Amino acid sequence: MYTQAMDTGPKEERKAVRSVEEAERERRFDTRIDAGEFIEAKDWMPEHYRKTLVRQISQHAHSEIVGMLPEGNWISRAPTLKRKAILLAKVQDEAGHGLYLYAAAETLGTSRDQMLDALHTGKAKYSSIFNYPSLTWADMGVIGWLVDGAAIMNQVPLTRCSYAPYARAMVRVCREESFHQRQGFEALLTMMTKGTEAQRAMVQDAVNRWWWPSLMMFGPPDSESTHSEQSMRWGIKRIGNDELRQKFVDAAAEQAKVLGVSLPDPELKWNEARQHHDFGAIDWSEFWRVVGGDGPCNRERLAARVKAWEEGAWVREAALAHARKAVLKENAA
Amino acid sequence: MSSTLTPNPSPSGRGEQSEWPLWEVFVRSKAGLDHKHCGSLHATDPTMAIQLARDVYTRRQEGTSIWVVRSDQIVASDPGEKAMYFDPMEDKIYRHPTFYELPKSVEHI
Amino acid sequence: MKPGLDMQSIRVSSDPAVQYLLRLGDTCLILAQRLGEWCGHAPVLEEDIALTNMALDLLGQARAVLTRAGEIETRGHDEDQLAFLRDERDYLNLTLVELPNGDFAFTVLRNFAMASLLRLLWEQLAASSDTELGAIAGKAVKEARYHRQHAADWVVRLGDGTEESARRMQDALHRLWLYVPEFFEADAVDEYAASSGLGPRWADLRDAWLAETTAVFDKAKLQLPPEPKFRSEGKRGRHSEHMGYILADLQYLQRAYPGGVW
Repeated sequence: MYTQAMDTGPKEERKAVRSVEEAERERRFDTRIDAGEFIEAKDWMPEHYRKTLVRQISQHAHSEIVGMLPEGNWISRAPTLKRKAILLAKVQDEAGHGLYLYAAAETLGTSRDQMLDALHTGKAKYSSIFNYPSLTWADMGVIGWLVDGAAIMNQVPLTRCSYAPYARAMVRVCREESFHQRQGFEALLTMMTKGTEAQRAMVQDAVNRWWWPSLMMFGPPDSESTHSEQSMRWGIKRIGNDELRQKFVDAAAEQAKVLGVSLPDPELKWNEARQHHDFGAIDWSEFWRVVGGDGPCNRERLAARVKAWEEGAWVREAALAHARKAVLKENAA
Repeated sequence: MSSTLTPNPSPSGRGEQSEWPLWEVFVRSKAGLDHKHCGSLHATDPTMAIQLARDVYTRRQEGTSIWVVRSDQIVASDPGEKAMYFDPMEDKIYRHPTFYELPKSVEHI
Repeated sequence: MKPGLDMQSIRVSSDPAVQYLLRLGDTCLILAQRLGEWCGHAPVLEEDIALTNMALDLLGQARAVLTRAGEIETRGHDEDQLAFLRDERDYLNLTLVELPNGDFAFTVLRNFAMASLLRLLWEQLAASSDTELGAIAGKAVKEARYHRQHAADWVVRLGDGTEESARRMQDALHRLWLYVPEFFEADAVDEYAASSGLGPRWADLRDAWLAETTAVFDKAKLQLPPEPKFRSEGKRGRHSEHMGYILADLQYLQRAYPGGVW
């Protein structure tokens, strides 16, 4: 899902002329990939492989951090102490995931500051789903059910990514992520089965608003994905966008029945011949608009991250200054 | 991580002046087990690094002991020398217990 | 929460045991509420996680203490009814914890001041005549110790960091100091607690608290402000203007969805 942004970047120019030696190294590298071997931080890798991963992993990390914002909005307003604790823990996990991913990206020769600078100046992207507003408490449940559900579908295959530090970070993330979807689904189930009429209406409204954006999380159709082919070749991407999206629709359609909510797609229905759910056309113009910066919350999300960073500059400087003083004192002693 | 042969390049290019140093974190989950590498984080001093490692990497009771090491202090074997360092172990299979076939009656040895 | 219940405010007992527990539980609750606001906005990602951990610990302490308060009160109030359905004047948290987070200096300084106080409290409460409260305290004291150390390290880092951080930390201390006398005010509720063995008078913790905190302020190269004449009264239910806004957020869903099940 977070590779969605990857597919929408400009087609990268590959170096046309390569030395015989480099071509041979790349051939050996491809052989390793084909054999299912893991690539570690200091192994030789094509420059394009490194660049692709830095962009994908860092954008995945940015998505986790920005993703804290729509949910963070509701921490102060959680309806019970238990739900407040659950939401705090979930958002905190997202910070942790961002951190594991920044750490994985740093093994490839970039730095936290560089990556954050790319995010803050708009050079790097994050998953466009987080540019939608969280308007009600039911959004918290629906984000857990649909958004985290889509994320899990994308993340499980990444645990077998050829780049090992990324794969290992993903194993950690997946272990923690399963709680995220469960708590969201459970919150919705409680409201739908034990709650009031007003609560049920709140849930249905949230589903209506988040369904289509969730489908867009898997990125454009495979036929239109500029980078998918190379990423697949290198074991960075394991399953195509369309296949993942279909899997998601099939699972969510059944889950919606359990919840007792309708999905806002009149064309959604089981196709016996295909053994999958047919579903309606996605409005790709909305997708491109939001990815391009004109979604409901793009400016606010970025502004919040930039503000936190800039207002925190004096703190980071002070901590460094203090550490340096301590080292000087120790040396003088 | 730096290899034995090449120093760790400073990725930001600006040196470490403005950025918090990177630390590698190792956690022992239970008494008797080894410390396992679980990731990295940024901190300005050892105390902060340990505290943050506790907050970031042991939230689900995964730890009884934490080690932190500044990333630029780690010395790693050169992957380019993998063959020289590690292949010679390949044919010394007599070091492994599975090399030895014993009658079933003493299988537990 | 029974569905169909009236969402009007609940009335709490004036039993001093209940009041004593509400002071503690509400202080933890409102501080947790304030710390939760940092989630997604901290100066560095690692600290975001650390602050949220503290918020979760405090929230856990609040839940345990409020639950116990409800049991002692015997009006059938659970943790959520107490947390979400009282009138402002029935919340008994220290005024200090309802103040806005301010900058990171004020936040860590308040964390340090509160963690020091809470650690001393929990240590004594471990021997409470109420065994349930004692058990809660046994767990909470470990959390408070960690919070205290983490916050103290930051107070020193910022107090003795750059000129700007030192200035901000000194300003924070001047602001904080106005609300400290309230910690140690004595009254009938504390008298009851001390005589029944429920817990210590907060006033009795003053010397230890001062000794500990001034040691850290020294290390942080901070000047102790003069003894303030101002007295805050949150413990008696008379809050600052900030409390109303906190409660508007905190209570909103429970009030807007009467009978809701979450």
